[in-house]
Amino acid sequence: MQKKESDLLVVSNTELSKRACLITLESKDKLPRINAGQFAELLVPNCSGVYLRRPISIHAVNVQNNSIEFLVQLVGKGTNALANVKQGEIINTVFPLGNGFDVDNMPYRKPLLIGGGIGIAPLYQLGVDMVSKGIQPTFLFGTRTAQDIILKDKYNAVAPLFYTTEDGSFGTKGFVTDHQLMNSELGQFDALYVCGPTPMMKAVVSKAHQAGIDCYVSLEHKMACGLGACLCCVEIVDGTNTCVCKEGPVFKSDRLQWK
Amino acid sequence: MEMKGMNVKIGALECKNPVLTASGTFGYGLEYQDFVDLERLGGFIVKGTTLHHREGNAYPRMAETPSGMLNAVGLQNKGVDHFIEHIYPQIKHLDTNIIVNVSGASIEDYVACAEKIDALDAIPAIELNISCPNVKQGGMAFGVTASGAESVVKAVRQAYHKTLIVKLSPNVTSITDIAKAVEYAGADSVSLINTLLGMAINAETQRPELSTITGGLSGPCVKPIALRMVWQTFNAVRIPIVGIGGIQSATDAIEFILAGATAVEIGTANFVDPNITMKIVDGIADYMQRHRIDNINTLRGALKV
Ligand SMILES: Cc1cc2nc3c(=O)[nH]c(=O)nc-3n(C[C@H](O)[C@H](O)[C@H](O)COP(=O)(O)OP(=O)(O)OC[C@H]3O[C@@H](n4cnc5c(N)ncnc54)[C@H](O)[C@@H]3O)c2cc1C
Ligand SMILES: Cc1cc2nc3c(=O)[nH]c(=O)nc-3n(C[C@H](O)[C@H](O)[C@H](O)COP(=O)(O)O)c2cc1C
Ligand code: FES
Repeated sequence: MQKKESDLLVVSNTELSKRACLITLESKDKLPRINAGQFAELLVPNCSGVYLRRPISIHAVNVQNNSIEFLVQLVGKGTNALANVKQGEIINTVFPLGNGFDVDNMPYRKPLLIGGGIGIAPLYQLGVDMVSKGIQPTFLFGTRTAQDIILKDKYNAVAPLFYTTEDGSFGTKGFVTDHQLMNSELGQFDALYVCGPTPMMKAVVSKAHQAGIDCYVSLEHKMACGLGACLCCVEIVDGTNTCVCKEGPVFKSDRLQWK
Repeated sequence: MEMKGMNVKIGALECKNPVLTASGTFGYGLEYQDFVDLERLGGFIVKGTTLHHREGNAYPRMAETPSGMLNAVGLQNKGVDHFIEHIYPQIKHLDTNIIVNVSGASIEDYVACAEKIDALDAIPAIELNISCPNVKQGGMAFGVTASGAESVVKAVRQAYHKTLIVKLSPNVTSITDIAKAVEYAGADSVSLINTLLGMAINAETQRPELSTITGGLSGPCVKPIALRMVWQTFNAVRIPIVGIGGIQSATDAIEFILAGATAVEIGTANFVDPNITMKIVDGIADYMQRHRIDNINTLRGALKV
């Protein structure tokens, strides 16, 4: 898959909550083929103190408009600067990176897509692509509190959507692994797809292994190049240090050394 | 566009221009193929290669710092035989200089690795990374003492018959002492600098950012130090110098050449702009035109003091 470095135009940048924004970028040239779960390296414009690009999942692809969407959680200097980028400005973007999810060869009928916090980002396009292939996904998202819930209608338009909140202010109280979909009702799913904080992903993987269900994780390791050149972003996969940016970010969980 | 007057020689090595890429920042060239016409580079230096497979250090291996980054990759590579069997066939046809960066934990390892690469027709040079810890000497890097540097270069010189570039560590009291020792031991060229030892702490978690606690600093923040070391080395040795450290524009590259470098390597800047090397090649040509310089070699060490 051809990678590109291009100046993309900010067509909108919407504040979704105090801690998240949705940025839509338009390409002058025809978009390359992009798989759900692939990511981009964004050069944060006019932000001193941010030297490296920031890896962000491609949240949605709109082939008609030649645009791609990013769902960004504001956690530090770079992401806060991205939230301040205005319509009409340019973000230099290297994309599409990584392998993403292989929807074309997916042997599953009823997968559960589990997102923790901003970990929902790579799951939107995954859900859309699954539906277009006749697969029936279900979303299960966990946040700390009701206020952190974003893009509910957008996801709900794709597939059934369930929530857990740590404080019980919306949906089921607790973590995603406390939800009935992950317990008494887990048997209805033939695969789990998960992205979120590492402890949450590990808890999901452990449940999947116990139940004997195939599970895929999307990792968010710290990256420098995003191209497989620097070897900074490694996870032990099949027993050896492997670049998450190039060989991932999606891995089948039984290839990891997660217990 | 073919550019005139940009050819440089590093020992016997002829480069079509002075722009190379730094080891560990450019993979095996292939990773950048979508962005860079590899044949427009003066050359590229592949990832640090050792005699045996190395897993490298644990994650996390990277931390961003003001105007740069720390890394603790730890020379992860699949070993020289894997390089020869699986990677060399994919790149050997390229019309540019492919240089292998050689590392080792003992003199015997360096020599064995260099010998294997000596046999590869399409590899005209090696860059010896002497910043590696010598396991037999309690883990102290070869490159931090003149005698350590001299002994490893001498041994490799006997085993390796093509252009031998020795890459110097900046983590030393006197870079010129090391450079002179390396020149004396038979190196054709020195390249500098490797990364500076640094450290980053996360105050919130009260933990180090790197699994190894300390790591190698690179990027624009190291440029003034690198420039100073190139200048000092230029005034201390006769062999050609390859300047490295924080170069991210043609202007930066010209500054290194003015300080005495024959060629330059672009490292961390590739991460920020995967096409940066092409911009630097074009920018040097533009500079030469603006300053009416017919031959880049006339600029070497031409700092007006
Ligand atoms: C493949 C991939 C896809 C990603 N997709 C998204 C996405 O769709 N939306 C999104 O909001 N974020 C995503 N991230 C995480 C995002 O890259 C980081 O949050 C961002 O780089 C932080 O930059 P900053 O300058 O705001 O934070 P900094 O100021 O650099 O750091 C602030 C805090 O965030 C932590 N942090 C920095 N980088 C990461 C990281 N990679 N993972 C976890 N914590 C980090 C730091 O340790 C620090 O505590 C993704 C990461 C990867 C590797
Ligand atoms: C991620 C990373 C990996 C590196 N790996 C190697 C290596 O394997 N061998 C080596 O000699 N230098 C290695 N270096 C050092 C660079 O080649 C270069 O000397 C240094 O980064 C300074 O140049 P820069 O500021 O342009 O990056 C590495 C640097 C980085 C950032
Ligand atoms: S970020 Fe450089 S190899 Fe993955």
